[in-house]
Amino acid sequence: MKTLELKRVSATAAPAPGVREQATVSKYIDTTSCIGCKACEVACQEWNDLPAETTVQLGTYQTLPELTPNLWNLIRFNELDHDGALRWLMRKDQCMHCGDPGCLKACPAPGAIVQYMNGIVDFNQEACIGCGYCMTGCPFNIPKLNQKTQRVYKCTLCSDRVSVGLEPACIKACPTGCLQFGTKTQMLDLAGKRVAQLKGQGFEHAAVYDPPGVGGTGVVTVLAYGDQPELYALPKDPTIPLAVRIWKTPLKWLGSLAMTFGVVGTVLHYLRYGAKKAEE
Amino acid sequence: MDATRRDFLKAGAATLSALGFDLQPAYAQARELKIARTTETRSTCPYCSVSCGVIIHTLGDKSKNVRPSVVHVEGDPDHPINRGSLCPKGVTLKQDIVNDRRLTQVLYRAPGSDRWEPRSWEFAIDRIARLFKQTRDARLREDCNALTAVGVIGGCTDSNENNYLLGKAFRAGLGVIPLEQQARI
Repeated sequence: MKTLELKRVSATAAPAPGVREQATVSKYIDTTSCIGCKACEVACQEWNDLPAETTVQLGTYQTLPELTPNLWNLIRFNELDHDGALRWLMRKDQCMHCGDPGCLKACPAPGAIVQYMNGIVDFNQEACIGCGYCMTGCPFNIPKLNQKTQRVYKCTLCSDRVSVGLEPACIKACPTGCLQFGTKTQMLDLAGKRVAQLKGQGFEHAAVYDPPGVGGTGVVTVLAYGDQPELYALPKDPTIPLAVRIWKTPLKWLGSLAMTFGVVGTVLHYLRYGAKKAEE
Repeated sequence: MDATRRDFLKAGAATLSALGFDLQPAYAQARELKIARTTETRSTCPYCSVSCGVIIHTLGDKSKNVRPSVVHVEGDPDHPINRGSLCPKGVTLKQDIVNDRRLTQVLYRAPGSDRWEPRSWEFAIDRIARLFKQTRDARLREDCNALTAVGVIGGCTDSNENNYLLGKAFRAGLGVIPLEQQARI
């Protein structure tokens, strides 16, 4: 039963039923050895049987400006003018599978967003009500609402493949090996080695992008310009938006309290004064 | 306030869940693995000269009454060239196989004609053989058995045995010099 692998469930007060001990899985993305071939993009579409989107000419090779409900994996062709020379900072953009997912926190539909014991954050469209709160909760602008089905979609980290011991489709396709898959410990180890190598090659600001503000991400990204993640269209220090945090923790309790007192007050008022009768 | 029924339900659901009521049991089930019961066939990507190994996943267990269909193609991890990876073209191989525009019959465009007409394989093979013989008879250098007026195209998906036969039949036998394969063109 998958139930035993649930670490977090959206909009559910009861503790999640997961008990199985599973290592946190993670993708590794080395932006410095990505050649922008988009095999991962195509592999994602193919595995998930997603319909093709009409592409937009942006002046770069980038497929579309943003992710869409039918495009869960996008190579961003960021360009940097480095002392007169063009640097192509290509980055594979998809769900980051945060340790503390903002989408899950913001979601009001019970069970619509779950986090498995292995760290994968998955959307369950059956329970999704299409409110789009997850889109406000996400600091990476990942979940997208399909206007036709009124459900929100995003990368599943190929939870169907991972649950039977296969790697995600994007990882398998990558011909340069800049994408790797394994436990988060393994991927951080790999990333650390790559960063040391890059520093030796003159990229003194090379760093691993694994922001603690969202509990770390299930995607370990190696950046050559690690001090400026904005160059890669990544937020510098992402956190769950303040409004979502306030709304979902203190205000939620206050609201519940107010609601309870309201109900109790109404009952007591009825018992004390009885029903209001219209005067003829 | 002009609330629709949907807005009302949404607000109701939000209120109830804010209070900590479970509207329905948490449901979580990863999608069934779509290649769980497919037949795996090893093949070679036909696009470029790298010749990556692929696995073609075909639906159906080869039963007599079932028409198989290709549901997925991915890299062959056991193949020494690509070890499971593929390029964006290779990844789309399923669409190469399952495609309305795929050529499934012989089409012939007569000299001077502006349209393609469906013909039989017998017609095509017969015509190719006839024109081949005609050209060879006219252009063969018999002193060194060399024929440069005809080219033969193989394919990167051909096996070693196929290519051996191709070389033997056309270069050693008929004297054709331009032996090529689609991957180098």
